[in-house]
Amino acid sequence: MNAERVSVESPLALKKPLDSRDRGGAAQPLLSVKALRKHFVIKKDFFGRPVSQVHAVDGVDFDVLKGETLGIVGESGCGKSTTARLLMQLLTPDAGEVIFDGDPVGKPGGLSIREMRRQVQMVFQNSYASLNPRMSVEESIAFGPQVHGLGKKEANTRARKLLDQVGLLPNQFASRYPHELSGGQRQRVNIARALALEPRLLILDEAVSALDKSVEAQVLNLLIDLKQEYGLTYLFISHDLNVVRYISDRVMVMYLGRVAEMGESESLYNAPAHPYTRALMSAMPSMDPDNRTQVAPLAGDPPNPIDLPPGCRFCPRCSMAVDKCREEEPELAPLHAMQAGHLQHRSACWRAGEVQALASTPIAEEITS
Amino acid sequence: MTAPSPVDYQTIPDQAHRAAATKSEQLVDVQNLKVHFRSPGRCVQAVNGVDLTLAKGEVLTILGESGSGKSVTLRALMRLLPERRTSIEGHINVAGQDVLKMSRRELSAYRGFTTSMIFQEPMLAFDPVFRIGDQIAETVCRHEGVSHAEGLARALELFELVRIPSAKRRLSNYPHEMSGGMSQRAMIALALSCRPRLLLADEPTTALDATVQIQILLLLRDLQRELGMSVIFVTHDMGVANEISDRIAVMYAGRVVETGSVDEIIRAPRHPYTVGLMQSRASGELKGERLSAIPGSPPDMASPPPGCAFAPRCSLATEECQQNVPPAKVLGQQHWAACWKLEGV
Repeated sequence: MNAERVSVESPLALKKPLDSRDRGGAAQPLLSVKALRKHFVIKKDFFGRPVSQVHAVDGVDFDVLKGETLGIVGESGCGKSTTARLLMQLLTPDAGEVIFDGDPVGKPGGLSIREMRRQVQMVFQNSYASLNPRMSVEESIAFGPQVHGLGKKEANTRARKLLDQVGLLPNQFASRYPHELSGGQRQRVNIARALALEPRLLILDEAVSALDKSVEAQVLNLLIDLKQEYGLTYLFISHDLNVVRYISDRVMVMYLGRVAEMGESESLYNAPAHPYTRALMSAMPSMDPDNRTQVAPLAGDPPNPIDLPPGCRFCPRCSMAVDKCREEEPELAPLHAMQAGHLQHRSACWRAGEVQALASTPIAEEITS
Repeated sequence: MTAPSPVDYQTIPDQAHRAAATKSEQLVDVQNLKVHFRSPGRCVQAVNGVDLTLAKGEVLTILGESGSGKSVTLRALMRLLPERRTSIEGHINVAGQDVLKMSRRELSAYRGFTTSMIFQEPMLAFDPVFRIGDQIAETVCRHEGVSHAEGLARALELFELVRIPSAKRRLSNYPHEMSGGMSQRAMIALALSCRPRLLLADEPTTALDATVQIQILLLLRDLQRELGMSVIFVTHDMGVANEISDRIAVMYAGRVVETGSVDEIIRAPRHPYTVGLMQSRASGELKGERLSAIPGSPPDMASPPPGCAFAPRCSLATEECQQNVPPAKVLGQQHWAACWKLEGV
């Protein structure tokens, strides 16, 4: 049944106003993630039982709506890249479910991993390492469609069309090899390659982080254009809060393998409801020469996700922690019961309401007081 | 002074700054620095006539994208570039010493003692098989001729200076036992071990998380004030430059295109490249709008354009810009920019 759905469409019809693969309608999330978990065991005892493990992703639930851009932010080690890899099945989840447009992925009766990967593609941070150095740009882009049964000629035509679309002249660039391109050009090739399979969801894992600022802006513009043209949905992972705010409709903040806060990006940036989100925002370097940062919002490095504190994971670094935070782990809960479904602003903090009320006070005053 | 060639156009305005700073205040004086990397059949002109001056106790940020020559300039100040394949021209004067004329012996006294450097990857700066405390002590012994025990005592002081918690215990750690922020602090301690007068910082916070980056920036700012060092800080991030520096020099394709105080560069940039950089920053306010990105990409430095290196990407460029390298124009006491079209920006 799934095979049918894929074969119905013509392989070269890149531009489609309504996606024929759409099943549940606009209201059904394109991707639903339920209780996703991945622990990496780093030490086993005599009987092979795990003694210590990295809690990379520790029970994450979220939905990606059709046509939106969901941003994921967090420090290194918070599990944002692991989440992306789990979604692509580059890593096997320990537990949890990934549902793509209503079909569970990799389960009997659901979508096979191969079919899921046709519809979900990923762009990585390291543009050089993610291209085969012995394949020309055209071959790299045409490779995926050929694996999925498209003839060589058609695949090459598609590759050239995509090159044109990402702003690289096909005649000039098609026969080049990755080492002959600049970082920005290589990342454009990676984006073209990801689009070659006509995916519906594109996972961008720090895709613009390694680029220079002037090139980053070009690639961001390109991503926005492509999204409109192909009706794509983006999962945008980055550590740069400015970029995430610019491109995302909704934002998810992760901390030590769990979701700390999630909400519409303007709501989240204007009135963060988790102390960690607040700290992340005030850690961004100031662009005002008269108003430089005076106090670091957080002390020390992000802790490693091996030995987790009891209670709230953030409480050892939190300036607002109370006894309850040290004892019980807060669940991701909506701030206002009235808000509708997916657009809810949710925070995993016992004192979320108080944190949000603080939004107008600069964090420096709060720390020093 | 050598006879002015078309490339050392920047000498004129920096003369003003040079004259303003009396001899005793000035620590670094770089004149018409050119660094070319030679390999068979290819010559990469990484730096093409850079002039810089730095006063005592001043923090200068060199802001630029990858390939702009900012790190190469910094490495030239330490003579860290591979001697055989590099040709360095111009003058580098640090604390009254001519760096380019130093012998090996003079260099090893100069490095660490007058000038020291911190890097982007702290893990690579330490030897993984020795304890961090011993590595710092070794540096102190080598430069100041004291015993290992005294060196260790100094290392402890330094660890406290860079605010490493439980400093004593941390001294006996191996590099892999430290987190990213902690090892960056340890590298700063190592760099400061012989009380250098000039600290060169090559993107020391780029590999760190934002929450750690701001801690390191604040630490460097405090240390600079406490110790009265001069600092040259290299970064590609405008925000970081704003947090740390007194003065900013913007580099593009091997040349400084604009210099000014932080205020002047951030609030009133004049060179089209600086203006473009400021405008291409993504932020929440611009949501839904297109970013005004600078088109194209930086030139290949093996064959740089004959005129202004930014001309191929510049919307204001004319025939003149394609042909001739623009001279620097003085815009304020410290502010100058090298562009033919300053009036049009």
